[in-house]
Amino acid sequence: MTVRDEGWQIGSHRFISRLIVGTGKYPSLEVMRAAHAASGAEMVTVAIRRIHLDDPSGKTLLDHIDRSRYTILPNTAGCFSAKDAILTAQLAREALQTDLIKLEVIGDPDTLYPDGPQTIAAAEALVKDGFTVLPYIGDDPIMCKRLAEAGCAAVMPLAAPIGSGLGVCNPYSIRIIREQISLPVIVDAGVGTASDAALAMELGVDALLMNTGIAAARDPVLMAQAMRHAVLGGRQAYLAGRMEKRLYASASSPMQDLIVTNAPNATSV
Amino acid sequence: MRLTVNGEEREFDEGLTVAGLLALMKVPKRGTAVARNDRVVQHSEQAGVFVKAGDRIEIIRAVAGG
Repeated sequence: MTVRDEGWQIGSHRFISRLIVGTGKYPSLEVMRAAHAASGAEMVTVAIRRIHLDDPSGKTLLDHIDRSRYTILPNTAGCFSAKDAILTAQLAREALQTDLIKLEVIGDPDTLYPDGPQTIAAAEALVKDGFTVLPYIGDDPIMCKRLAEAGCAAVMPLAAPIGSGLGVCNPYSIRIIREQISLPVIVDAGVGTASDAALAMELGVDALLMNTGIAAARDPVLMAQAMRHAVLGGRQAYLAGRMEKRLYASASSPMQDLIVTNAPNATSV
Repeated sequence: MRLTVNGEEREFDEGLTVAGLLALMKVPKRGTAVARNDRVVQHSEQAGVFVKAGDRIEIIRAVAGG
């Protein structure tokens, strides 16, 4: 198989794989490791939480991630204010020794939609503090533009609400974001199956970030492989340039030199 | 002195550094980070920063998430 891909870059970090995967909701850590390997991903997301004071030195998630193979992308999931997100990001940098941060500032616990103004405020502060900021945001071209102006390294519009598996709900907005933003565009959240992933990539975005779409599949390892192929296929289709859609048929076989019988329109003799 | 560690109030002896507190609580250095009153105390500073009564301490690590 020949896969022509030039790879892509966030800040100083370079990647070939265009699939970023989460570490949450897997049935076990063994399944997670196998799914990560099957996905071909080079970057995995983690969350930041308080240690348990009654078991502070127990085995941690990091023991199950090979950092020579995967770049760690910590997130600020669960933060509802810029202030909480900034401190969470600073703690993540100290714990994981990375400048990368997936910035999430949530505005509503039911939809988990991002809070735009708080996200922008946090992005500005974190960029100033030296972070490579990847903000999760709505599929809103203006918000993405403001985040680009704030100095973010990428923008990450949602396909659909986190964990919903609804697929790309607004492909037109994602296309506009792609056209208007010169930074890497990563579709984050809401991808449910391979066709969703392929469709998102066909819109020309640089990468996809997903967690539940793989982790909550009946067979996460097989779905991880499916997502890998879908991302590659969608990217290649985008690069190949799809045919124009048309209302009427256009024959693929020649319409000349057809065989003609004596009884036109007869269905039996 | 009373400190609030990860939201729980706990009693400690006076004269404790951040590094001392972490050792006392058996928190591993690798993969963890500490904030004292909403400011990160870097690993390299932990031995020189003293905690005071009433401080709010956050100790974190990476967990599974998306």
